[in-house]
Amino acid sequence: MNEPIREAAPSKPRLPRGVRLKHDETRGEWLLLAPERVVKADAIAVAILQRCDGEATFDAIVDDLAATFSADRARVEADVRALLDDLAAKRMVDL
Amino acid sequence: MNADAKRIPAPVGLLAELTHRCPLGCPYCSNPPALEPRSDELDTAIWKDVFSQAAALGVLHAHLSGGEPAARRDLVEIVAHCAKVGLYTNLITSGVGLTEALVNALAEAGLDHAQLSIQDSEAGSADRIAGYEGAFARKQSAAAWIARAGLPLTVNAVIHRANVQRAGKMVELAVALGARRVEVAHTQYYGWAMINRAALMPTAAQAETAIAEVEALRKTYAGVIVIDHVIPDYHARYPKACMGGWGKRGLNVTPSGKALPCHAAETIPGLEFWNVRERSLEDIWFNSPAFNAFRGTDWMREPCRSCDRQTIDYGGCRCQALALAGDAREADPVCHLSPHHGKVADVAAEASSEIPEYAYRRMKLFEPAQ
Ligand code: SF4
Ligand code: SF4
Repeated sequence: MNEPIREAAPSKPRLPRGVRLKHDETRGEWLLLAPERVVKADAIAVAILQRCDGEATFDAIVDDLAATFSADRARVEADVRALLDDLAAKRMVDL
Repeated sequence: MNADAKRIPAPVGLLAELTHRCPLGCPYCSNPPALEPRSDELDTAIWKDVFSQAAALGVLHAHLSGGEPAARRDLVEIVAHCAKVGLYTNLITSGVGLTEALVNALAEAGLDHAQLSIQDSEAGSADRIAGYEGAFARKQSAAAWIARAGLPLTVNAVIHRANVQRAGKMVELAVALGARRVEVAHTQYYGWAMINRAALMPTAAQAETAIAEVEALRKTYAGVIVIDHVIPDYHARYPKACMGGWGKRGLNVTPSGKALPCHAAETIPGLEFWNVRERSLEDIWFNSPAFNAFRGTDWMREPCRSCDRQTIDYGGCRCQALALAGDAREADPVCHLSPHHGKVADVAAEASSEIPEYAYRRMKLFEPAQ
């Protein structure tokens, strides 16, 4: 059970049941909801998390983001990895 | 929108005490000593309306609690409604009263998450604490049904003298039950827990050992289970922000519809509570005297008034200030700056490691049969 968070290479990240990305009308912002937790999601986080559908691989998500935002792939990869590792440690993303 | 809406943030959470009925009798229960009878409970239509209003007001999390919420026959209908209006819906359950069919129906209705209480990691002690023979075994089944239904699970363990030696074991049990998150909370002395304080409070040494044990497990289980740890007030230097600040983040609605800023607020004399039967949730949140009584920092006296932690802990728990310092406007005596801090030390010093009889949480003796 106690395996460390894997290197993201072949993974297909997804939001597990019980974690929801929601646009909150009252506060006018995107939020990631989990039990007893509310995390504000900025535009980059939203773009990443919307692609974490359990079907796209980590690499495909990075390619897609780099293409969509015409950004440097290495930068994008570092951002995606940092966000997903952080959320995985909080058990808010399954890698 | 109300003019105050600019100043007062929208509530994040609604804790709905759907019923005070519960098959268990945990002596640490935070429900009030005078439990509300079934005949006073809000009906399905009113609860649904409350959840619709909550979503419109900005509430994100709906916590369906009690008592045991599964004692309500309309639980599935309520969950379906919460899901429909977009609330993140969390069931807070003892597990007793759930069936596999009910768990599946709740999952189907859109429940987001379940939180299951455990009383101990050993069956005999767990059942004694709950005052219910066989509760431990039924909770194991409930956890398995929740996992099979694909619902994420949090296990909640309240720590007190009878189980303080097994705080770490309870985290291990939570992992074995498949929980993604475990809440290890040292007893907060409200409601029935206050009545049982002398039987529940562990010694400082016991509490410290338990805290260290649980903290050490954070590393062991990193990435496996998230540990939320509520350490005991009575051995701390500073108080906790009650409910994240009075009237700031959340509200409770009791089975009969009273809206409370925190679950123990009714112990404070002179507060006027409004009822969801008579007022809108928006009106209650922004304008009810009880919510405005301790909002922000204007109500504070010394030492809080000139303290730079006043917007960190908001002077701590109002109910605890009342219980220990005799006035809800005082600093929470848990704070070492409070002139009444000595009373906390006195109570803490009384703690022993023996386990006396409990006053089990029960409805009134002569309540009509249900
Ligand atoms: S703490 Fe125990 S008695 Fe109180 S509502 Fe929960 S399960 Fe029932
Ligand atoms: S004096 Fe009041 S505000 Fe300051 S730390 Fe103590 S309780 Fe908190």
